[in-house]
Amino acid sequence: MTSFVLRRLGGLVLTLFVISVLVYAVFYLAPGNVAQLSCGPRCSPEQVRQVAAQLHLDDPLYVRYWHFLTGLFAGQDYSTGTAVLHCDAPCLGLSYQSDREVTQLLLEKLPASVSLAAGAVVLWLIIGVGTGVLSAWRRGGLTERVLTTLTLAGTAVPVFVLGLVLMVLVCGQWELLPFPQYVPFGEDPEQWAWNLLLPWVTLALAESATFARMTRSSMLETLAEDHIRTFRAYGVPERAIVGRHALRGALAPLIALNANHIGALVGGSVLTESLFGIPGIGRELVHAVQVVDLPIVVGVMLAVGFAVVFANAVADLLYAVADRRVVLS
Amino acid sequence: MSLVDVRDLTVDFGGLRAVDALSFRLDEGGALALVGESGSGKSTVAAALLGLHHGTGARLSGSVEVAGVDVGAAGERELRRLRGGLAAMVFQDPLSSLDPYYAVGAQIAEVYRVHHKADRRAARARAVEVLDRVGIPDAARRARSRPHEFSGGMRQRALIAMALACEPRLLVADEPTTALDVTVQAQILDLLHQLRQETGLGLLLVTHDVGVAAESADEILVMREGRAVERGPIREVLSTPRETYTRELLRSVPRLEDARERRVAEAEPVLRLEGLRKEFGRGRHRFAAVEDVSLTLYRGQTLGVVGESGSGKSTLGRMIVGLLEPTAGRLEFTGQESGRGSGAQDGRRLGKDPGAGGARTRKQTGGRPRLQMVFQDPVSSLNPRRGIGESIADPLRAQGRRDEEGIRERVTSLLERVGLRADHYDRYPHEFSGGQRQRVGIARALAAEPEIIVCDEPVSALDVTTQAQVTALLAELQRELGIALVFVAHDLAVVRQVSDQVAVMRGGRIVEYGPAEQVYGAPQDPYTKELLAAVPALDPDAAAERRAVRRELALT
Amino acid sequence: MSEAQLTSPVGVDAVVVSAPAAGAGTFWRRLRAQRAALCAAAVAGLLVLFALTAPLLILLEGADSTTYHPELVDSARGGVPIGSFGGASGSHWLGVEPQTGRDLFARLAEGAQVSLGVALGATLIQVAVGVSVGLAAGLGNRWVDQLFDRLTDVVIALPLVVMALAMLAVVPEDFPRPLLVALIIGLVAWGTIAKIVRAQTIALKSLDYVAAARLSGWNTWRIARRELLPGLAAPVLTYSALLFPVNVVIESALSFLGVGVKAPTASWGQMLAAADVWYQAAPQYLLLPAGLLFTAVLALTVLGDGVRTALDPRAAGRLRVGTRAGQGPAAPAPAADTAPRKEGAV
Repeated sequence: MTSFVLRRLGGLVLTLFVISVLVYAVFYLAPGNVAQLSCGPRCSPEQVRQVAAQLHLDDPLYVRYWHFLTGLFAGQDYSTGTAVLHCDAPCLGLSYQSDREVTQLLLEKLPASVSLAAGAVVLWLIIGVGTGVLSAWRRGGLTERVLTTLTLAGTAVPVFVLGLVLMVLVCGQWELLPFPQYVPFGEDPEQWAWNLLLPWVTLALAESATFARMTRSSMLETLAEDHIRTFRAYGVPERAIVGRHALRGALAPLIALNANHIGALVGGSVLTESLFGIPGIGRELVHAVQVVDLPIVVGVMLAVGFAVVFANAVADLLYAVADRRVVLS
Repeated sequence: MSLVDVRDLTVDFGGLRAVDALSFRLDEGGALALVGESGSGKSTVAAALLGLHHGTGARLSGSVEVAGVDVGAAGERELRRLRGGLAAMVFQDPLSSLDPYYAVGAQIAEVYRVHHKADRRAARARAVEVLDRVGIPDAARRARSRPHEFSGGMRQRALIAMALACEPRLLVADEPTTALDVTVQAQILDLLHQLRQETGLGLLLVTHDVGVAAESADEILVMREGRAVERGPIREVLSTPRETYTRELLRSVPRLEDARERRVAEAEPVLRLEGLRKEFGRGRHRFAAVEDVSLTLYRGQTLGVVGESGSGKSTLGRMIVGLLEPTAGRLEFTGQESGRGSGAQDGRRLGKDPGAGGARTRKQTGGRPRLQMVFQDPVSSLNPRRGIGESIADPLRAQGRRDEEGIRERVTSLLERVGLRADHYDRYPHEFSGGQRQRVGIARALAAEPEIIVCDEPVSALDVTTQAQVTALLAELQRELGIALVFVAHDLAVVRQVSDQVAVMRGGRIVEYGPAEQVYGAPQDPYTKELLAAVPALDPDAAAERRAVRRELALT
Repeated sequence: MSEAQLTSPVGVDAVVVSAPAAGAGTFWRRLRAQRAALCAAAVAGLLVLFALTAPLLILLEGADSTTYHPELVDSARGGVPIGSFGGASGSHWLGVEPQTGRDLFARLAEGAQVSLGVALGATLIQVAVGVSVGLAAGLGNRWVDQLFDRLTDVVIALPLVVMALAMLAVVPEDFPRPLLVALIIGLVAWGTIAKIVRAQTIALKSLDYVAAARLSGWNTWRIARRELLPGLAAPVLTYSALLFPVNVVIESALSFLGVGVKAPTASWGQMLAAADVWYQAAPQYLLLPAGLLFTAVLALTVLGDGVRTALDPRAAGRLRVGTRAGQGPAAPAPAADTAPRKEGAV
């Protein structure tokens, strides 16, 4: 087990390195003048040259990447012409727009994003696994037909369309809820939950449809296996077969699937935040893309990439615990 | 009242009749073997005894009564009481028949608690008790292991333990030893025999192997295409079969006593293997699948390579044809080159030359592959998307032949030679039976006019009558064309039937090597002796004798 | 050890090692046998027709997608279209956009063109990249395989929307937007196809008929072309069919966020971005693009499932809508009667 964990950790570090190189390459090698972008459209050519020097744009590639890496781990100083700004490690650079540290900016936005994701994941798992198990158990019946049709429709609704329609109906037409307005948890937990309810439901419903379909097919796959036949041949009731053996068998692949879903969840969060105006990392990213604030984009990319890879590694370990045969092979 | 009473049982799957008006009885404590080839409906009968067709869309008629329960009329509740409680089933593949996620003991306990009011602790204790009963050493500890930590034989013992847990009156065993090695098979059959003697359990054994039936049953029912062909006491049916089909079936079964007719001993050697070794894996996981194997192949003769799973025999076969590179050692052609190519006599040094695959070696030695292979699995050895004629023509085209007429003519004659028809040329593999596909595989191997053909378990996926036809075809072709054959197989009787020389492998090494009659007649190595004693005999008396020998060998 | 390998966990996407040879004829027959897929194909066909004939239809209507009509909206009320049904009339069949007064039908038709076109382009790029990377990994030596497989893992791990957003940020404004969106989706989301192709290639490579072809004396290239590629066609086609609707969704999401296809070019997602404000005054401005998007994705998804079923009936049985999976215990079918098999290859 230890060696398995170590191997996975090694893979993790390697993956993170690849991500950092990729992200760096995409941004600082992309067409367009980085210095001009950084300085803003109203900069004089002289100012642009100055910025280029600050950003080490004239150095060879690997030197620039090295600066980027050391900045990440050790912090870095930036001069804006008039003052020197220190950026603490982990330094993702300074925002072009506000000259603020990207790390700081992102940390401020983190609680809102986590609030949204955490609630949605809980709902999503309950709805997804519940629906999947129910339709596998009641296979062939009316319940399954209704559930499969619903989940199919669910997979076809993009999350922002679902959110739009829900918002218009629930908040506008029926006035059951106020239009969501993010309230930090620390300020008022009740208002926090109340305002996040609709975003949670939106994100969970949109993501759980796919998950329910996969739970169902994974359950059905397990139910077709030979060992299920053994328990049937020994008079074990169907309830125990589905609830104990099929669910247990379906669980391991589902954990692995879940890891792939983390990416989808992040994408969904970006859309949900933008739609409901939740001041999270996703909305910050969209805004940064619109105004071409590259350090923020790079920062979000790295942060999200690391988070996803880390979550995947955790899922991998869970999978290995759930199915020890993996460790052996 | 009899334990099992089946009357006019008919089972239809859609438009297919799997079982047709079958009737039989089994008395309390008796043992009946249902014997038949694939498609005979024997497993369908076994499933019907436990009402396993309930709700599958299969249509049943007739009556099935097991231990006083009318299976056809029984409700869900009564069926569950029957399953496991009165009649328990043991399946073919012991690995997939247990839940990989739960401990073996817990699974047995779960089944026990379905049928008995017992708390967890008592059920757990019962599980340990039955595991101990079936000969699992250190049962209390092993009960906590999961199935993948057991060996194949242990898993089958665990399944039998599960069957015993609720003290049923009938044990239905569906091909219980088919997935096992021959020595393990013997152990399991001995266990079943012992349990029957001790508990008075009734046994319904479903098998394709007449030998297994002879070892375990008192009565036999031979089935074919869903009907009963012949039934009676096993001794009687095996010694004096009345029906033509039974006679043909028995004639096809390879026997240890059947030797192949003697050949000229002085044959010319074509290929010498020296100190072949093959390693797999890296680092700590490195292991040698084949170690220090030296053999000689002779023109027109057959070398049988026999061993159990994991013995390295298939790896050896693939190394000989060049599909795998030996880690060390050499293969040396010694026969005189019969055509194109020049440097062939020099022998080839493969060992330290990475990437010197079969194809490259061939390029060095001339245009024609000298080695070909016939594969085990008739399904995966032919590309399902290409017509079989094209597959057979492959070696010809690879040699650069372009005359379509000539190629078609040659392939047609090959098809006819292996017992197929010329108009099969454009058909696809799925249109053929397993035996026919194996014939196609042989034709493809012949197309290259090789000097040596390695056959890797060529008949183990085939029914016994088809087996006999394919081995006969191979022998005939060898006589005609003077090809050297390497026959890799796990079945000792088949190997004896076809081989001049025999090499017995175990753990990657050759433990015994010599002329067939010597290896089989006067085995020197204890492992060879054990293997030979494990082969089921076709005669119940001989079976009892071998059982005694096995007991003796186990003691020493 | 070897047993652990034999019982490797059920793969997420179980690979079809030797699907029965299904020719084009069989495929169509199996596809036609599914009612849901047939309906979906009809709907998808109509949408494609709508997209293809969009310029003609717009010409017929007599409007265009970009001209502002300030006279058709009530600037006093913030730009609500004047007239009932959002200002629908003979020259503006579905009314006009709030605020700008651009013709709604023309924009929806152009949106169909853009959405389906971008998704198609993205799918083609995904298939091209994914098949190349997967084949290289599957056929290459250990190092090549490790490299490409790791790369694929990274690509799969990175959230698509975030990646696409980020890449859109760095490309100059004057690059044609629909082409750019297709390129980015295609270059970011090829991971799954690469994984599938790699797994299938490795599975096929170990089959005996490939070994037989090697023994025949063919070179690697010929074997890849004749024995491997035909076996890859079915899974690649299946996954492209399933990816297509996903790409439609991604394009609409990026445009919704305001970074995908930008005005004046129309796209359904982009139209929805401003729709929530107008839902009471001009509900069709929300409902029409949303409905079209939903219909297109649903039809394409069901069609994708249908293609999967037609190519591999065995695996797809479990995913079909309202399938009647075997209710009772899995009793051995007659054909599965014990084929005596002992002994796997070492």
